[in-house]
Amino acid sequence: MSRGLLYDATLCIGCKQCEQACAEENGLRYDESTAAEAVQSDHKYTVVLTKNDKFMRRLCMNCEDPSCASVCPVGALRKTAAGPVIYEADRCMGCRYCMLACPFNVPKYEWGKALPKVRKCTMCPQRVQAGRPTACAEVCPTGATISGEREDLIAEAKKRLRENPGNYVNRIYGLNEVGGTAVLLLSSVPFEEWGYPAFGAEPMPMLTYRALSHIPDLVTVGTVLLGGIWWITNRRSEVAMAEGPKNGEDREEE
Amino acid sequence: MLWILFPLGFYALMFRFIRGLGASTALTDAFPWGLWVGFKLFAVALAGGGFTLAAVVYIFNIARYRPILRPMVLTAFLGYSMFISSLIIDLGRPYRVWHPVVMWNPHSVMFEIAWCVMLYTTVLFLEFVPAVFERLGWERPQRWLHAAMIPIVIAGVILSTLHQSSLGSLYLIVPEKLYPLWYSPLEPVFFFTSSLCAGLAMTIFESWHSSRSFGKQLDFPLLSGLGRVLAVVLSLYLTVRTLDLVHRGVLGLLRQPRTETYMFLLEGALLFVPMFLLFRPRVHNNPTWLYFSSVLVLLGLVTNRMNVAITGMQASSGTYYFPKWSEFAITLSLVALAFSLFWLAAKYLPIFPASAHGKASSATKEPLPELVHAGP
Repeated sequence: MSRGLLYDATLCIGCKQCEQACAEENGLRYDESTAAEAVQSDHKYTVVLTKNDKFMRRLCMNCEDPSCASVCPVGALRKTAAGPVIYEADRCMGCRYCMLACPFNVPKYEWGKALPKVRKCTMCPQRVQAGRPTACAEVCPTGATISGEREDLIAEAKKRLRENPGNYVNRIYGLNEVGGTAVLLLSSVPFEEWGYPAFGAEPMPMLTYRALSHIPDLVTVGTVLLGGIWWITNRRSEVAMAEGPKNGEDREEE
Repeated sequence: MLWILFPLGFYALMFRFIRGLGASTALTDAFPWGLWVGFKLFAVALAGGGFTLAAVVYIFNIARYRPILRPMVLTAFLGYSMFISSLIIDLGRPYRVWHPVVMWNPHSVMFEIAWCVMLYTTVLFLEFVPAVFERLGWERPQRWLHAAMIPIVIAGVILSTLHQSSLGSLYLIVPEKLYPLWYSPLEPVFFFTSSLCAGLAMTIFESWHSSRSFGKQLDFPLLSGLGRVLAVVLSLYLTVRTLDLVHRGVLGLLRQPRTETYMFLLEGALLFVPMFLLFRPRVHNNPTWLYFSSVLVLLGLVTNRMNVAITGMQASSGTYYFPKWSEFAITLSLVALAFSLFWLAAKYLPIFPASAHGKASSATKEPLPELVHAGP
């Protein structure tokens, strides 16, 4: 079973304790100036956005079929069975295709370093593996962010939508978007206003997979075809040679 | 010129490796791929002529085009070398460039590209090295290579087809980020077809320069023929692209006065004008006009690759990216380096058949059986 997070924006009070807990968990500095930053970066993996007394979290969605893992040429990014999309820095060669490909623009780079790494929320893989809540969920004082089995979280989100339809936009963001994400969001404000685009249910990796899946056919057909053509032209010139030089060559050039 | 460019490029290179990508490029989290990626896309396109000609000469046995093979293969080899150099510069951790050899992810387009680059650069090297053996008079390795040439060429054609198209596939995964004038499910096909144009145009371009520098060049009727082929391939490419734009219903976007529109129109003009020119006998039978048209095609394709890599990604990124001086310095240095290497090769190796040179080389060459009679 795969685990995930449910963030209910209507319960969030914008205390940013999740930001701080995340920084501590990942060994990052967190002070007033960091708290004031409203974008994800190489030193801030999750952000609580504020707009007219409403809040919304941004963090890695830990997609069920992640673009970043699909595009990574060396398999440095990987979806684990437990849910988190993890990053093995030792494999990464720094092509930054994950940053380009991520539909949520989550992976960030250590631009200031001579030997940089990709940085992103990995949904506390050690904690999740052990069945414990993520740092952000554990610290959340209002239960706006909760951790659990993705299936249970979906059931819980559906229940909240059913019981308080007036409180929410009638949608669980992440249920189907780009094939589903481990992080699920509930909000009273349309998600597009927070920069969460309206994606279809097809996972993005399908787009490149369809192109890549033609490769074996292309290689087989191509080799046979080119080999065959060569065999014919070669045979023709051999015959032409045997019949008498010059003639065959001239005919072929026409 | 080069005396200023090369030191500047070298300085920029040191700057990049000591201070890192953040200091030496205008790249940001919102815009992680920039000028170097656009340049890579174009450098590889230049190799489009190499595999086509190799197929025409070796597989289809059309001997008439044999004299063009070497300049094309050399161009392709230098294009790939530029790709690899700029890749190493662009990677955050260049010393791990070999990782795809042992760390596999067959679902990644980038993984496929990495393998195609490695293998096809080897193929190009093997296709080109006979020119070096010939110069050195080493006959035995020459013969061994010759025996293995057909499989090498077949592998080369397939690897190139995969590689050219997969550079277009790179962008398939960002339908919501690449501007609709450029994002198309047919992007792999466009990249492949336009690489043929780039290769043909580059051959005309190089032959013209070579004839000015050393009086060595290709037979003009042959070049003129290439011009006509270029016109046909270009018109095919532009037809499919136009149909695709119509089919996806995005032509209305051209009414919006924005950078993307202007850059798209510039790209279109730089490709449509030489296409019409090249169809006219007065153009493809005149060396200067032919040269001029090939320059337009090359500029058009540079614009296309830069539009995909930079212009088309600008709007969705929410930031404005303009390359830093160091990005330009390194890119231009690489281009200048490639031209210098081509110049050296054309001067010292049997690349272009010169009057006296040509006879000597075709005598020592060990051509395919029927090519024995194909001398000038």
